[in-house]
Amino acid sequence: MSTRLTKQGRLIDRSKKISFTFNGTTMQGYAGDTLASALLANDQMMMGRSFKYHRPRGVVASGAEEPNALVGLGQGNRFEPNQRATTTELFNGLTSVSQNHWPNLDFDIGAVNTALARFLPAGFYYKTFIHPKPFWKHIYEPFIRQSAGLGKAPDKDSRDADTYEHFYAFTDVLVIGGGVAGLQAARAAAQSGAKVMLIEQSAHWGGRAPVDGGTVDGQPVDKFVEQLVSELETMKNVTLRNRCMGAGVYDHGYALGYERLTDHNPGMQGPRHRLWRIRAKQIVTATGAIERPLSFAGNDVPGVMLASAMRDYLVNWGVVPGERVIIATNNDDAYRSAILLKQAGVDVLRVVDARATAGPLAEEARQLGIRVDPGKAIAKVKGGKRVKSVQLCNQDGIGGAREEVEADAVAMSGGWSPVVHLWSHCGGKLIWDEAQAHFRPDPTRPPLGADGEGFVIAAGSANGPLALGDILADADAAGKAAAKAAGHKPKRAKAPVGEASSEAPMEPVWLMPANADIQLRGKAWLDFQNDVKVSDVQLAAREGYESVEHTKRYTTLGMATDQGKLSNINGLAILANALDAEIPQVGTTTFRPPYTPISMGAIGGEARGEVFQPIRQTPMHDWHDKHGADWEPVGHWRRTYAYVRPGESVHDAVNREVKNTRDNLGLLDASTLGKLIVKGPDAGRFLDMMYTNMMSTLKVGKCRYGLMCSENGFLIDDGVVARIDEDTWLCHTTTGGAERTHGHMEEWLQTEWWDWKVYVANVTEQYAQVAVVGPNARKVLEKLGGMDVSKEALPFMEWRDGKIGDFDCRAYRISFSGELSYEIAVPASQGQAFWDALLEAGQEFGVMPYGTECLHILRAEKGFIMIGDETDGTVIPQDLGLHWALSKKKEDYLGKRAHDRSHMTDPDRWKLVGLETVDGSVLPDGAYAVGEGVNANGQRNMIGRVTSTYYSANLGRGIAMGLIKHGPDRMGEIVEFPGTDDKIYKAKIVDPIFYDKDGEKQNV
Amino acid sequence: MKHYSAFAVAREALRYHTGWERAWRSPQPKKRYDAIIVGAGGHGLATAYYLGRNYGIQNVAVIEKGWLGGGNTGRNTTIIRSNYLQDPSAALYERARSLYEDLSQELNYNIMFSPRGVIMLAQTQHEIRGYQRTAHANALQGVKTEWIGPQRVKELVPIINLDGPRYPVLGGLWQERGGTARHDAVAWGYARACSAMGMDIIQQCEVTGVRSDNGRVVGIDTTKGAIDCDKLGIVVAGHSGQLAEMAGFRLPLEAVALQALVSEPIKPCMDVVVMANTVHGYMSQSDKGEMVIGGGTDGFNNYTQRGSFHHIEETVRALVETFPMISRLKMLRQWGGIVDMTGDRSPILSKTPLGNCFINCGWGTGGFKAIPGSGWGMAQLMATGHSPLTEAFTLDRFKEGRFIDESVAAGVAH
Amino acid sequence: MLILRCPCCGVDAEETELAAGGEAHLKRFGPGSSDDDFHDYLFMRENPKGVHFERWRHANGCGKWFHVARCTRTLEVFGTYSAQTTEPPQEIKDAITAKRPGWTWREFS
Repeated sequence: MSTRLTKQGRLIDRSKKISFTFNGTTMQGYAGDTLASALLANDQMMMGRSFKYHRPRGVVASGAEEPNALVGLGQGNRFEPNQRATTTELFNGLTSVSQNHWPNLDFDIGAVNTALARFLPAGFYYKTFIHPKPFWKHIYEPFIRQSAGLGKAPDKDSRDADTYEHFYAFTDVLVIGGGVAGLQAARAAAQSGAKVMLIEQSAHWGGRAPVDGGTVDGQPVDKFVEQLVSELETMKNVTLRNRCMGAGVYDHGYALGYERLTDHNPGMQGPRHRLWRIRAKQIVTATGAIERPLSFAGNDVPGVMLASAMRDYLVNWGVVPGERVIIATNNDDAYRSAILLKQAGVDVLRVVDARATAGPLAEEARQLGIRVDPGKAIAKVKGGKRVKSVQLCNQDGIGGAREEVEADAVAMSGGWSPVVHLWSHCGGKLIWDEAQAHFRPDPTRPPLGADGEGFVIAAGSANGPLALGDILADADAAGKAAAKAAGHKPKRAKAPVGEASSEAPMEPVWLMPANADIQLRGKAWLDFQNDVKVSDVQLAAREGYESVEHTKRYTTLGMATDQGKLSNINGLAILANALDAEIPQVGTTTFRPPYTPISMGAIGGEARGEVFQPIRQTPMHDWHDKHGADWEPVGHWRRTYAYVRPGESVHDAVNREVKNTRDNLGLLDASTLGKLIVKGPDAGRFLDMMYTNMMSTLKVGKCRYGLMCSENGFLIDDGVVARIDEDTWLCHTTTGGAERTHGHMEEWLQTEWWDWKVYVANVTEQYAQVAVVGPNARKVLEKLGGMDVSKEALPFMEWRDGKIGDFDCRAYRISFSGELSYEIAVPASQGQAFWDALLEAGQEFGVMPYGTECLHILRAEKGFIMIGDETDGTVIPQDLGLHWALSKKKEDYLGKRAHDRSHMTDPDRWKLVGLETVDGSVLPDGAYAVGEGVNANGQRNMIGRVTSTYYSANLGRGIAMGLIKHGPDRMGEIVEFPGTDDKIYKAKIVDPIFYDKDGEKQNV
Repeated sequence: MKHYSAFAVAREALRYHTGWERAWRSPQPKKRYDAIIVGAGGHGLATAYYLGRNYGIQNVAVIEKGWLGGGNTGRNTTIIRSNYLQDPSAALYERARSLYEDLSQELNYNIMFSPRGVIMLAQTQHEIRGYQRTAHANALQGVKTEWIGPQRVKELVPIINLDGPRYPVLGGLWQERGGTARHDAVAWGYARACSAMGMDIIQQCEVTGVRSDNGRVVGIDTTKGAIDCDKLGIVVAGHSGQLAEMAGFRLPLEAVALQALVSEPIKPCMDVVVMANTVHGYMSQSDKGEMVIGGGTDGFNNYTQRGSFHHIEETVRALVETFPMISRLKMLRQWGGIVDMTGDRSPILSKTPLGNCFINCGWGTGGFKAIPGSGWGMAQLMATGHSPLTEAFTLDRFKEGRFIDESVAAGVAH
Repeated sequence: MLILRCPCCGVDAEETELAAGGEAHLKRFGPGSSDDDFHDYLFMRENPKGVHFERWRHANGCGKWFHVARCTRTLEVFGTYSAQTTEPPQEIKDAITAKRPGWTWREFS
């Protein structure tokens, strides 16, 4: 059984008991425990089930690399699936459940897959479930989906109860990893005066060093760590963050830090996670190394662990995973675990060392009475939910002549691999180190920054060295190099001298025993979570999935939530062997961020709910809201679709507004329309290029409707342009178009005609603008008094500055409705007061505000086009019968050349017409008109489409506009529009002006 | 070729699967082929496959610089749909979608086509109109789609938040027979079928030159020697520009990075594919249980296969608003691919200025879903000189101003 | 995640402050130009894998357009310069030559 010792445990506080639950059972742990150490202390070795075969899974590691011990954490709106028990700090009231089993962890129906494992090799699903076809969707796939997936999904309606935030940081040197290497690198860099940020994923500084032991400058390494941390804490140019993982390294020195602020204590105030967006001149990756498992049969049975993890549990948390332990290794480091376990009173039965000879640590172990078997291997671990016995054999063989030893835990060590993820994220390359049998960063091919120079330096064991002395020297050099590269002068301080017991060379062992037979290979796990075995990789190679990417994808090796931290190198070596190739030739798969998974909440940050995106509001927004506004998002603006009165439907409200505006008086909040001031000696010439019409000849005091095309010829915006004075124009744009059009103008001014003297300013938000529309429009303005708004003083398509009532204003006599209409701009701060004044004065004239839908219907009744309805980015002015707005006098304007291309001049282009249903009904939005027959692809031939369609309350019938092939030549013809409701709508082609064809209403 | 079936797997299990043969051969190039396809991605392999299947042209080599299926075929978010607005697109993508329906059986390789349905959400009045227009067009194009209201959306996607404070869900365009497929398997399945027809898939072989005579292609130079051919198809996505340059012409393309990400796997919670174009995010759940999320493109030319992180932030932010329950899921992996964009964001499947040399490129962000249709049309174009499926997608359409612009409905990402 | 120094305001701008604007030094073809010239002007881009000249706007900053010489293969930035020029300044060309001897881009080298 696994248990807590009465002594030891450098990270736990035995005076603080903590209560938590696992699968509903209440358990006790101590402050400082991880969920994994606490579960082990409670003899809960089995913590989950594997992905594919639902095999029992025990914890195998002690940190971020853990593939097995994944739990569902928390409840309700704080439930989180797939959390690693090894990195979950224990807190009072923690609730956890194991995953991927039914009905429970101990008895799982899905474990039948284990029995069938032989029939479910890598990629079996590509070869099966093919027939009969309907079975895939209805039977096979739902079954696969249900049995795949790991953690439970959060409840469908759950809303994360926590908040998240983003921080920015700018630093000279970012050091990722707070082990001895990171600490020393940070100090060496900081001593130069460089600004340094040091982040560490766990709650503790020092990394593995305090567990592994050794001395630095003559004192124990944990004391050295303590002093170093205190020293760094006093340095003003150093920022230290623990519980903050380096998640990714991106181009130009950008890095992500993922800080878990309250996961260890959910009662704390404040955001749960903080995403640091860091810009560093130099990044030091002191991310350590990860021990590799050994590939032997039954290496996935709960109770088989990494040797280093076993040591961690003992030293850090006072927990031992078993009473009778066998250790398998190919290197000296595992002897440290053997010695510590033995000293803690565990029965260390055997160290099985695949090598012929071991180093001084082996000798030390022997002297403690531990039996060391050189040249031996584990043939097979037996046991279901727990190790029961271990069969030993010669390493150099096929696994025969076995000796069986009863044991309840196995420690394995296959050597160490540097954590090269962050080095590699942004293109850093690796080299194969024969001696250590691992990939390490190639310092000659680092990730390149904006200046084309390397900006990442690997330090400590992340760079290859594994001995304490080498690690510190390497880290010191890295810190100094980073400071120098960041423009600082490193101090000539001596690097601290670390000493640890010397080690004999490791020997690569990729399979145990070396020539294990197929039965053993079929039980030797590479990827514990995804259930990929040695035999699966060999199968992939045999079937031609030869590239490492093929093998990964075919077998799913390394695609689990640990992203292959334990499995990749072992799998790669098996693949290389199967292909008879060298490991570096086979290469690695691509390392991608994040280093370990980070929450979606943290990525999203603060921008949730109401603050997801800013909403732009006009000065009269609150009034609209209080008066029944049915809101419509238009770009970032909110506009009133209609003002719905109690008892009315939206449709009723629209009809009421339409009739009232034509009969009496309507007010529209037109403040969202873009307003651009274009000013300068060359402004007229510039606008002549921007608009298809001639704007330079517009007289001061007058307005002109203008069209804008892209250089590609398509309509992009329209609006009324007013000439304010000799060198000033004011251009109205569509609601969504102000920023885009401003940008468009700036682009041409700055990058093409930069010698033209023109200045453009976006003054959209400086004005509130109200359209005063209807037969009583003039009356209400006259009642308010001030400027002369008579037909003579302010004719159609002119504007005047003046006062209306007490309001300074600019009044434009323009109309998008065909009614007598004034658009009046007042300073934004006066908008609400002006609106109130109009409403009050308008009472006797039947005033009503109207919304965007009414606006649309009024313009459609008049056959005015709407950008975004009649245009969609493929429509040119000629399609809309707007030839009159295309200046013939100008040699050039944007879009003019494009209109000459053959497809643009094609007489078969669809052209704008009015459409009147035969029965008065409303044509469906977006319906297409059909012609005879089908095209070469069997599609029904289409001859046009509806672009705008409304019910006109004024005409008491449906009206529409559309683009029809040869439309203007086909007046009076009936065309058919099949609806999606299986009805065929018949409509007559008519003139698009449905109401007041002669324009008498606006010319009063 | 050994037939794949549950029976075969069971039989092989008895000998511990040591009897499986290679899914595709690994031959040395011959001196000459009737046709060479450059690029062993999905589109290239499908082109070769249909050359053999539909036109009996089986003396074909597919040349691949890296490993087959190693480009965007294996990097996309695997969405399959054909609810396109414009006729040529709808025809091409619907052909592809309908071929996907039977592809597992046809190739005897389970590509796991999962017609689970695709919804494109409408979150503005403008999008409503755009999708209603698409629904009308699709009905006439033989593409089965349907406009659905918010309640139906909620039934199909229980985890969706209809009442987001910023962009409420107003409905959606629903294609019931859209879905996903296992992307790698599409390349592998075609490769296996091509190899079985006797075609040579030559991996780790880079094309270094295109040889021509009198304005017609006669062969290519490669790192494995010169190879003659009658016809050449260039199907190399992000590297089309370089290949075209060797063949002596230029292409109206720009290469940019497109990003995607997956969450850790969870039990099934979303059965359909959802695309939210207003907020720029789309998401589906893979058979493994990961939430597969597609992001946007960077605005600048880039060949690094790495994108900028702020696009990931924007996408995730939008999806957390749309599906609040994903907030406590974790991003497992993000990655990028290089896509080549044309002036109208639609692909090019065309003859080229070089005789008997054909180009298939410019799929931008949406090539995976088109693979079978693209291969079908390209094969027809290469074999017969004409294909109704490809005739609108010519190289010269930009000169004529004859664009195939799919963004018109609602700024739709493909 | 690029950082580009805006030559107008001098700020080392984060990518989120910037808007990419496509290839630089395009020559505009207007009315009267040939179909080929007009087509190339609108659609035919260098799209190199390597040295590239492109336009950016400091959109969420000073608002000014500027030009960047950048490598599309490594994202290395050789320099930024004013958008008000029809060809890269000599010091930019020299900076590229120092890093990428023998480079060419359109008619520049």
